[in-house]
Amino acid sequence: MKIDCKHVWQHISAYIDGDVDAVLRAEIDRHLEHCEICSAVMDSTRNVVVLIADERVFEIPAGFSERLHRRLDAVLSESSPGSFSPT
Amino acid sequence: MTGEIKSESSAKDVATEVIARILAGETHLFHELIRPVERSVFVMLFMLLRNESDAEDAVQETFIKIYRNLHNFRGDSKFSTWVLSIARNEGLGWIRKRSSRPEEPLEPVLDESSGDYTPALLTDWREVPSEALERSELRTCLCRAILNLPPIYRDVVQLRDIDELDVHETAAVLGITEGSVKVRLHRARALLQKQLVPVLKGFAPAAKRSWFGRRV
Repeated sequence: MKIDCKHVWQHISAYIDGDVDAVLRAEIDRHLEHCEICSAVMDSTRNVVVLIADERVFEIPAGFSERLHRRLDAVLSESSPGSFSPT
Repeated sequence: MTGEIKSESSAKDVATEVIARILAGETHLFHELIRPVERSVFVMLFMLLRNESDAEDAVQETFIKIYRNLHNFRGDSKFSTWVLSIARNEGLGWIRKRSSRPEEPLEPVLDESSGDYTPALLTDWREVPSEALERSELRTCLCRAILNLPPIYRDVVQLRDIDELDVHETAAVLGITEGSVKVRLHRARALLQKQLVPVLKGFAPAAKRSWFGRRV
């Protein structure tokens, strides 16, 4: 079985996640060896996935954690978990 | 701590054990329990609310709810999955409240079967290394591209690619099937690739050939 470019694009995400079976993976690998376009699409998609996973993309506001735990301190000292009853 | 790598199930056991101690009165342990997930909760709420200050308020409300409902955690899912489900509901509640304000319309609903998911086609790709993220323009581009995704795709990108939840956990948080998670993630990545490729090219290191070319 020979697969075409569109077929490869359908499986890019699954391929990156290692979620394609061995036969399909081998077919895709064979296609990538000679298809410049699909190789570049695959590499660029993988690059995007790696970059967006980086913690630096979404910056947490300065002092966020301190403010959160200070607020929680107030709640923790006034009630035990599950004992809260709305007034 | 003996330094061994914790398996997923033992991490789950640790959370369950800590929760039992908190419920038994060691309430200060709640701080340590939530530290590993507070960043993910902030990112989730920031993506939903698109405003740092609202997101921070919603994070605080989320963790207060979690503390008060800690006895409801059953341990059949990971603590982080449970927390993210609650955070998501909190965020959706904020959006509903806001929607009564005419200046802030609800996010458009997108039909999962529609849209163009053909990737950006190119013939060469020079990898953009993670060091390039030191540049704030690149961080802004990535952040904006994710925020501009249709909501159903943004959700899966956040949980799968940013929080690195597995397909099963992502499906549980979003209340959708594992098949839908995979389809949406595939389309989300195609949309991101299409939008980002022209931008990212400008952040790739110069090709060796041109570098030597300039030196001559």
